[in-house]
Amino acid sequence: MLEIRWHSRAGQGAVTGAKGLADVVSTTGKEVQAFAFYGSAKRGAAMTAYNRVDDKPIMNHEKFMHPDFVFVIDPALVYTADITAYDKPETVYIITTHLSSDELVASQPKLEGKKLYTVDCIKIAQETIGRAIPNTPMLGAFMKISNMYDIEFFKENMQRVLGKLPQKIIDANMQAIQRAYDEVK
Amino acid sequence: MAFDKMELRDIEVWDGNFAAAQALRQAQVDVVAAYPITPSTPIVEGYAKFKADGYVEGEFVMVESEHAAMSGCIGAAAAGGRVATATSSQGLALMVETLYQASGMRLPIVLNIVNRALAAPLNVNGDHSDMYLCRDSGWIQLNAFNAQEAYDLNFVAFKVSEDHDIRLPAIVNQDGFLTSHTAEGVKTLSDDDAYGFVGDYKPMNDMLDLDHPVTHGVQTEEDWHFEHKARQHNDLMVKVLPKIEEAFADFENLSGRKYNLVEKYDMDDADVVVVCMGSSVETAREVALEMREKGIKAGVLGLRVVRPFPFMEIAEALKDVKAIAALDRSSPNGAAGMLFNEIAGALINIDTKALLSGYVYGLGGRDLTKAHLTDLFTELQANVDAGKLTTKQQQFIGVRGPKLSFL
Repeated sequence: MLEIRWHSRAGQGAVTGAKGLADVVSTTGKEVQAFAFYGSAKRGAAMTAYNRVDDKPIMNHEKFMHPDFVFVIDPALVYTADITAYDKPETVYIITTHLSSDELVASQPKLEGKKLYTVDCIKIAQETIGRAIPNTPMLGAFMKISNMYDIEFFKENMQRVLGKLPQKIIDANMQAIQRAYDEVK
Repeated sequence: MAFDKMELRDIEVWDGNFAAAQALRQAQVDVVAAYPITPSTPIVEGYAKFKADGYVEGEFVMVESEHAAMSGCIGAAAAGGRVATATSSQGLALMVETLYQASGMRLPIVLNIVNRALAAPLNVNGDHSDMYLCRDSGWIQLNAFNAQEAYDLNFVAFKVSEDHDIRLPAIVNQDGFLTSHTAEGVKTLSDDDAYGFVGDYKPMNDMLDLDHPVTHGVQTEEDWHFEHKARQHNDLMVKVLPKIEEAFADFENLSGRKYNLVEKYDMDDADVVVVCMGSSVETAREVALEMREKGIKAGVLGLRVVRPFPFMEIAEALKDVKAIAALDRSSPNGAAGMLFNEIAGALINIDTKALLSGYVYGLGGRDLTKAHLTDLFTELQANVDAGKLTTKQQQFIGVRGPKLSFL
C-alpha cells in the first residue's frame, strides 16, 4: 500500500490533484482511493488530501495514515501545518518552496534528517498556467522522485484527465508538469 | 427530444457523488427537483450538467427549499414520471414531512441521502443521524459502503421502487465525504445496459392519464387511515425484501456484482462480530482479517438494507456468534442505539447466547481508525472468554474526555 498526504490550501487544487493521480494510476490496473478533508473551510484555509494505492481492493477508510509521501503545495504550510504528523523514517517529503533544501531545513528545524525534495510549484504554475495552482506540477515532481511512471506516459494520461479544460490550459499544465519533473531536487 | 449517449471506460475513477449522478443520468430520470446541500450537492449538480450538455432528457426544477424539492418530486411522481433527488442532514430534516407524504401516497421516488451529522453544533461531515431521522418514514432504505455501491444501488432502487407490486419510494444512503467525496475505481455499465436494467418507466394511476382521473393525497380519518398504514407496512414487511433480492439477482446477472440483504464477511466460523453500516464496514473487514491472523475469529456483518429491516436474515447470520458489537453512527439521545435495539429484537426469541454490546462512534465525521476496531474486537473476545459482558452495554468510541459508558 502506497499512502500520500497532501498539505494544501482550499482552492489550490489538491483535491483535483489527488483525484487526477488516482485516475492515472487506476488505468494501470491498480486500486486507488483519493479523498480530502476540508469541512466547510473556505478558499485559503489549510486542508489535507490523501491518496492510497494498492494491488488489492482498498477497504481501509480511516483518515489516519503513516504517509509514504508528503506533498506540501503551499510554501507557508511548512510553518503553520503539522506536515510531519505520523511520519515514518522512510517518509519522503516534496515541498513547494523558493528556498533550497538547506535553507528550508534551517527555517523549519523539524525537517532536519527527513528525506526532503524541493521544487517551486507556485512559481512554475504562475509562469506556465498563469495562476498559482501548484497541483499538477507537484505530480510532475512526484513522477521524478518516485519513478512511478515514465513522464510521457503520465502526461499523456493527465491530458485525458484534464480533458474538459481548454486546450491552452491543458498545454500549460503539461509544461508545468515537465518543468517540475526537471527542476525538483 | 433526443439525448446523447456517453462512452464510459470499464473502470472510471469517480467519487460516490459522481457515481450517483451518473446513475441518475443512465436511468434517464424525468424530473429532478432539488435544493443543494453539502455534501450531496454534486449529485444534483451532476444531473443538471448532464441535462444542460444534452446527455439526459428531463427537467431540473430549482426550488426554494428541501421541503419544496421533495414536494416537487411528489407532484412529478404522481403525474407519472421517473423522479429522483438528493439531500443531506438539515435538508433531509426539512424534507421529513414530505417523506411521509411520498410513502403514504405510494409514489416511487429515489432519494440519495449523503449521510451527514445534524446540528447543533453545525457540522458538514459524515454520520448517520439523518439516515436514522427518517427510518420510520415508510421509505425503503439501501446502504452503500463505497462509491461502486452508491452507483449500483441507485439502479436497484429505481427497479424496486417503481415495481407495480411495490410502489414505495427508496433511499440510497452513502457516507458523507468518506464515500461521497472519495474517488475510487468504479466499474461502469454501458448506458444501454444500465437503462435496460432499470427499464422504461411504467406509470400507475398517473395524474396525466386524463382518460382515467385519479385522486392523490386524500384525507382519511379513523374510518380508513389505519388500513392504509397497515397495508403499507404489510407490503414493506412481506413484498419488498423478496423484490430487492430479485433485483440483486438480476443485477448480478448483468454486472457480476453480487449484493445481499445483509453482507456477511468472514462469518462462517466467526466468534466475534461487528455489525455496522457505511464505509465503516470496509474498514472493519480489513481489521477482521488482521484479527484472524492473531487467532481471533472475527467477522463483519454489513447492513445492505436498513428498511425494511432484514430481521430474519440478521437472526440467521448471528445465531452461532458468541459476541456481537452493534455500531451506531448516530447519538441515540437517551436510549440504546438503533442497531443494538433491532439486533436485540432479532435475537431475543432464538436459541442463542450471544453477548450483545452497543457502541456509538464517528459522530460529526470523527475518524473510526483501525486501532479503534482492533480494540473493539479484542474487547469482544474478552467478553467471550469471560462468558459475560466485561463492559457496560453501551459505550462510545473515539470521543475525548472521560470514558463514557451506560446501561
